Amino acid sequence: MMGAIILRDGRLALSGGAALPILFFLLVAILYPFGVGPDGALLARTGGGVLWIAALLAALLPIDRLIAPDAENGVLDQYAVRGCSDEIVALAKVIAHWLSFGPLLMLAALPAAALLRLEADVLLRLELGLLIGTPGLAALGVMVASLTVGLRGGGALAGLLMLPLAVPLLIFGAGALDPASGGALKLLGANSLLLCAIAPFAAGAALRGIRE
Amino acid sequence: MQGQGQSLTLENIACVRGGRRLFAGLSLSLSGGGAALISGPNGVGKSSLLRLIAGLLTPAAGMIVKEGRIALTSETTALNPAQPLARALGFWAKIDGGVVEPGLEAMGISHLADVPVRILSTGQKKRAVIAGVIAGGAPIWLLDEPANGLDVASIALLEAAIAKHRASGGIVVVASHQPISLKGAQAVILS
Repeated sequence: MMGAIILRDGRLALSGGAALPILFFLLVAILYPFGVGPDGALLARTGGGVLWIAALLAALLPIDRLIAPDAENGVLDQYAVRGCSDEIVALAKVIAHWLSFGPLLMLAALPAAALLRLEADVLLRLELGLLIGTPGLAALGVMVASLTVGLRGGGALAGLLMLPLAVPLLIFGAGALDPASGGALKLLGANSLLLCAIAPFAAGAALRGIRE
Repeated sequence: MQGQGQSLTLENIACVRGGRRLFAGLSLSLSGGGAALISGPNGVGKSSLLRLIAGLLTPAAGMIVKEGRIALTSETTALNPAQPLARALGFWAKIDGGVVEPGLEAMGISHLADVPVRILSTGQKKRAVIAGVIAGGAPIWLLDEPANGLDVASIALLEAAIAKHRASGGIVVVASHQPISLKGAQAVILS
């Protein structure tokens, strides 16, 4: 059942709009040099942080498509009728969401890093950070999407809810770009792990609440 | 189609939604081949009763015992609007271990198998949902307004499908405004 949900959601995302967050991410990398000027040293120094912010905002874009269509269409009810627990549904949605934007984002980081003149070792740490941090972003996205289903202006509210909660990921993710960052990657991992661990339960409880 | 062990028992069920008591003290017992027809005015809790039986809601009081898998239809289709009908139904049929084609055939919509769900009419969608229930092969059917939007010929197909299901030992609970022929069905009148 869980595999079927992951496959379904992953396919749905890839066939409809998975490119959008990636294009958004790339667009930020393209626009940023226009905004601050072609100073290579400045771009290289600040580019990694900008890409982290872009990744954060890109992860926000698909949030209103994560849960709401399935809730309105009765798909979540049908999962429940078939005895699939809400936690499993939430976990499957986290995995599917990550699969549809995490790897693509890491891929898009390559041209983005070139545009911002990032050094090879900074790029390596950025990719490592994205690998560790994007599962946390996916978990956060599914949690926030579950909590805001059915609310008027849920999309905008989701952004307001998610961004502050993603601040630790941003701090440690961007912090890990510095070679002398020490434990930033580990703290990023701890943060991401925590979000992934609580997401199935928090989102599952929210999904149960929708039915009442 | 299925084993003979299915049964459905409701004992003194009470339902409270949004702080309002919809009904209380409702009992019902069905075994293989049995059927129940829930009727009553709008908002009296017909859909809520079906959702209680399906386990989507928790009863405020009482006990529900069910033996056998459940299939529930509601006002939503749970079908991916962008996919062709057969593939959209196939997603659920695969989970249920069933086959789509007999369901499509029984509801007379085999010719719509390649049509995207989003361009189906209301009645066609309703028939598709019932086709999905047939394809799933669950012993206990909970049908919420299955005849809504159906033409006379489709209602006959629906009745035939229900009769066939009961003949092979299935249980059917229908909530409906429309008159549906359900031979020997227990009447559950909510008021």
